Amino acid sequence: MMGEVSSASRPSIRERFRLQWEPVQAAHVLLYPEGMVKLNQSAAAILTRCDGATTVADIVADLERTCSATGLGPEVCAFLEHAVRQMWLELRE
Amino acid sequence: MNGAREEAAAHAPRPGPPLWLLLELTYRCPLHCAFCYNPTDLGSIGEELSTDEWLRVLAQARSAGAVQLGLSGGEPLVRKDLEAIVAEAHRIGFYTNLITSGVGMSESRIAALKEAGLVHIQLSFQDSTRAMNDFLSSTRTFELKARVAALIRKYRYPMVLNVVLHRLNIDHVEQILGMAEQMGAEYVELANAQYYGWAWLNRAQLLPSRAQLRQAEEVTMRFRARVDERMRIFFVVPDYFETRPKPCMNGLGSVFLAIAPDGTALPCHAARMLPGLSFPNVRQSDIGSIWYDSPAFNRYRGEGWMKDPCRSCAERSMDFGGCRCQAYLLTGEAENADPVCQRSAHHHLVRQAVEQAERTASGSTGDTESPELIFRN
Repeated sequence: MMGEVSSASRPSIRERFRLQWEPVQAAHVLLYPEGMVKLNQSAAAILTRCDGATTVADIVADLERTCSATGLGPEVCAFLEHAVRQMWLELRE
Repeated sequence: MNGAREEAAAHAPRPGPPLWLLLELTYRCPLHCAFCYNPTDLGSIGEELSTDEWLRVLAQARSAGAVQLGLSGGEPLVRKDLEAIVAEAHRIGFYTNLITSGVGMSESRIAALKEAGLVHIQLSFQDSTRAMNDFLSSTRTFELKARVAALIRKYRYPMVLNVVLHRLNIDHVEQILGMAEQMGAEYVELANAQYYGWAWLNRAQLLPSRAQLRQAEEVTMRFRARVDERMRIFFVVPDYFETRPKPCMNGLGSVFLAIAPDGTALPCHAARMLPGLSFPNVRQSDIGSIWYDSPAFNRYRGEGWMKDPCRSCAERSMDFGGCRCQAYLLTGEAENADPVCQRSAHHHLVRQAVEQAERTASGSTGDTESPELIFRN
């Protein structure tokens, strides 16, 4: 469950966390017991795509399409690894 | 004085949203803890808000930007509409935390709370009997907590325990942690009592000695090393043993908003004691105007209210002068520095309380000459 992030991984937000848009803060936030992380735009763009069904490869492709960019893979993976370490995400293969 | 207050309010910086909302749904509680921080004049508190009034508070607070919701009391399970309150809070986007002693929890209630969207439960341990020294041998208490802990696990909640420590139970930290481990706790907060409300009345009885504290910390460190990541243990030292004050509430009126059972809005659940402030009530005002415009919430925002040594202190933006309630309780003036601070002219009052605790603790183990504990009634 805690494995490495690979292009076939299907990340999802852990049950204890709640990801939502906060109009008052004009930002996405990740809520957890007694705490909150305010997400920047790129973190939010990645995490909102972590639905447990979509693979990392598809998340990267979707982001590259949306942002009209290429080569986002390494940056996205680095953030996903950070999010897994923070226990925000779990990975399914 | 009033002029100065209004001026302070006028110059108070506009805060961010009230991110943390605590609803003290009721002061009613089946327990009688001697360290309870609820007000000691419970008889004078007005009628509890109705379900509809609580739902209105939730909606207004959510619009004002509140995201974290604590439901506490008293014992929140006493309220039969707890499930309805949780359901609405969850629906409109709150992260819902229930703070409970577990008394009144049943399988049907926890199932309904899960269904309503409750995401987090903090189970607190305290003694429900008058025999404080029997804390751990009270099988009734243990069985109740073990039963509720099993329900918490069954309904896939994180197992979070909070234990209030004081002189009469702090020597049993090892057994307390063993009990927590047995119950499958993932997080354990060992929080030393804070001296407000009933705990303030009982301070001479509850404040541990330095030796007790050191011993408890050592036991905790050893336990922590053994259980590693399986069980995370937080140990909160009583601030009387510190030389710098806690950044209480991150400054009054900066992120935290508490609503008392009768609808009184408070910048801290203990703040009702502060003199000269008229706290607004949600029955008369909406949350947005309470938070941003009321004199009571603006009173201690920013640094305009500070006196020396805080006013000129390099650390004032880190600790905000500590706790206003503690300054008031110990020095008689809420604008004074929290006397926990070594730089406070009243720091000796904290030192004296600790010294008194040392004497009482070393005097006799039976505490026969100590004043009687006053149990919350």
